[in-house]
Amino acid sequence: MKEWIPLFVVLPLAGAFIIPVAGSVWKSTGRVVTPLLMLFLTVFSLLFFSFKPQVMVYYVGGWEPIDGIPVGIHFVVDGLSVLMLAIINVIAFAASFYSLSYMHRFTGDRYFYTLFCLMVAGMNGVVITGDLFNLFVFLEIAVISSYALVAFGIEKAELEASFKYQVLGGVASLLILLGIAVIYWQTQTLNLADISVVLQEAGNHKTLVFVQMLFIAGFGLKAAMIPFHAWLPDAHPSAPAPISAMLSGVLIKAVGVYSIMRLFFNMFAISYEISMLIVIIGTVSMVGGVFLAIGQWDFKRLLAYHSISQMGYVVVGIGMGMVILSVNGDQRIATLAITGGLFHMVNHAIFKSLLFLNSGALEYRTGTRMLREMGGVADQMPITSASTLSASMAISGIPPFNGFFSKLLIIIAAVAGGFYLIAVLAVVVSFITLASFMKAHRYAFSGIPKFKGKNMLKEVPFTMGLSMVFLASMCLGLSLLVIPFLRDLVLAPAVDALMNMLHYSQHIHGYTL
Amino acid sequence: MTNIVKTISRFMSGVVFFFGVYLLTNGHLSPGGGFAGGTVMAGAFVLMVLAFGDNIMHLRKTKEGSTIIENLAILMFLLFAAAGMWLGAKVFFHNYLDIGVAGKLVSAGTIPLFNVFVGIEVAAALFTVFLAFVIFKEEEQ
Amino acid sequence: MILYILCFILFLVGLFGAITRRNVIKIVLGICIMEYSLNLLLILIGYMEDGVSPIVVKGGESNFVDPLPQAMVITVIVIGLATTAMLLAIAIRLYKKHGTFDIRQIKNLKG
Repeated sequence: MKEWIPLFVVLPLAGAFIIPVAGSVWKSTGRVVTPLLMLFLTVFSLLFFSFKPQVMVYYVGGWEPIDGIPVGIHFVVDGLSVLMLAIINVIAFAASFYSLSYMHRFTGDRYFYTLFCLMVAGMNGVVITGDLFNLFVFLEIAVISSYALVAFGIEKAELEASFKYQVLGGVASLLILLGIAVIYWQTQTLNLADISVVLQEAGNHKTLVFVQMLFIAGFGLKAAMIPFHAWLPDAHPSAPAPISAMLSGVLIKAVGVYSIMRLFFNMFAISYEISMLIVIIGTVSMVGGVFLAIGQWDFKRLLAYHSISQMGYVVVGIGMGMVILSVNGDQRIATLAITGGLFHMVNHAIFKSLLFLNSGALEYRTGTRMLREMGGVADQMPITSASTLSASMAISGIPPFNGFFSKLLIIIAAVAGGFYLIAVLAVVVSFITLASFMKAHRYAFSGIPKFKGKNMLKEVPFTMGLSMVFLASMCLGLSLLVIPFLRDLVLAPAVDALMNMLHYSQHIHGYTL
Repeated sequence: MTNIVKTISRFMSGVVFFFGVYLLTNGHLSPGGGFAGGTVMAGAFVLMVLAFGDNIMHLRKTKEGSTIIENLAILMFLLFAAAGMWLGAKVFFHNYLDIGVAGKLVSAGTIPLFNVFVGIEVAAALFTVFLAFVIFKEEEQ
Repeated sequence: MILYILCFILFLVGLFGAITRRNVIKIVLGICIMEYSLNLLLILIGYMEDGVSPIVVKGGESNFVDPLPQAMVITVIVIGLATTAMLLAIAIRLYKKHGTFDIRQIKNLKG
């Protein structure tokens, strides 16, 4: 299994460049190749769950460490990477299968599939790499293709959103690069494990705080945490629906939150101040996002603001774990908080991409995104309506859907860890979320049908419907992850990878303290 | 463009192109390599378009061609890199060819091959970007 | 040390330009300046007094400058090329739609 790790990057890249070549001969290459490729990668990434939690290290080019000092680039697959790989490829499969019908209306859809495969390759690369600069390169592959995909409609709004996204994304990338340059200056190495060892030997260093702030600003911009969120509500709604699902569902997690987790847990030593900063950013995003969302009448824009709010939950969960670990608090509470954060990340990927796919289905049939212009869609589009309902219940945390359990874990951890204000805010935000989705249902699905007679709506085509049903059943099915057996299989290895902060560097470096 | 520009660029682009090829093939021995060589090669094509290219239909066809060449170059690069997963030590990007003597033109295993494909890819990509902008401007008028 | 500080100031100049300018092309140039300042910084990090370029020749010089930042700079240049090309392509399209490069007149969306 270990020898096939590079396939996560090689296959989507190969797909991305085969499609334009073969597409000039046979037009529907992209439509056939992409979903099959994503299905294969999904199965392949799920296979990694069957291994006992262990860290797999792949030396690219056969450059094994010399005297314990890593040379060359490593691919590292541990519990957290496996979880992220599974999320990315499952959502990518659903989105690519959905686009078969949806992208028919757009011209030049082979370029769409090329960019789609490139984006998946970039995200898979970010997740499996063990090298700081390599992470930056893969991150750029993913975000540059997403810039192009946001502008895919080439209308005024899309172009402007893409330009805004590119300027802020470009600044973020350069902040991250500045951080990487300073790290290399201080440690003379780029390997994550090696950096962590060097930093531990050097002890506490002043420039480290500067680097950590740069990384929080850079990756925070990519993850659209609240002081840095300005681009997200424009960029995510402007993209075609399957791409909105990919951007909101996976991209901000893979390049934003995953990188923050990996760098701050496994590379830097956790400090109390930085952890508190992360918790505060998360709380502000959680509360601010939902208040910005509630006044929106554009369905996709409403979903985009909810993405900020829900990612706030994830960051709060992770951040509380960091705070507890930094003051040597109770390990069990830290585990609970991190489990809650990761679980909510998985759930958010599923229900937010489902909601974006639903909004695409509504737009596909009604031709509008404004909630006021829809009405009474429920009878005419039962599948869309039912799957939207299940996703809305999941996002607002109603049992037995998955969102309930992850929010519950975060709230329990907050109470147990003494973060009472966060616990209260989490509950309140959950209620406001419910209210804003009630509004969406009230205006879009129930009410007086606005599309009658000749304008009667039909249910969406088969491939779109199937992807939505698949994700909706995942919304219910993932709540099974609270059962201990499944939790140990899926979530526990990822939590362990974060909790045993030094284990990562020890395993790769062969270094014992 | 005037005749002077046309004649000079016809001569110069050949020189520039072969300088690019030189940089590209000696990338493993001296400064240069795939990216630098490819950029110089693209410069030769850009010069030709600036001097002669005013037929937009022809430019469109050229752009299609350079896109295909670019993709094929990346595919070949990827194929050679992935071949390492089956040949030699069975590792991605493994240098499975004979390393040879340092300082010879044919040495360093797969690195010159990678350089050549990177060079073709960079040249084609830069040229495509340039052509895309040119076509954009021509369409404006 | 003064050189490092100058690099950082150049970075801030680019950031200032990208944030405060109203012209789309000037914003793109601001981002380019930031990127070039980082390239300079990376090269400076690898530099050492009396170092020679890191190419092995017969005779075996030993005092090489660090080659890794140079490899990083090449990569950053390639990435910067892609970013700049994308930004300019979008800028041209925006100009075609709106007939102006002024972002105050382009602004329709409110983040």
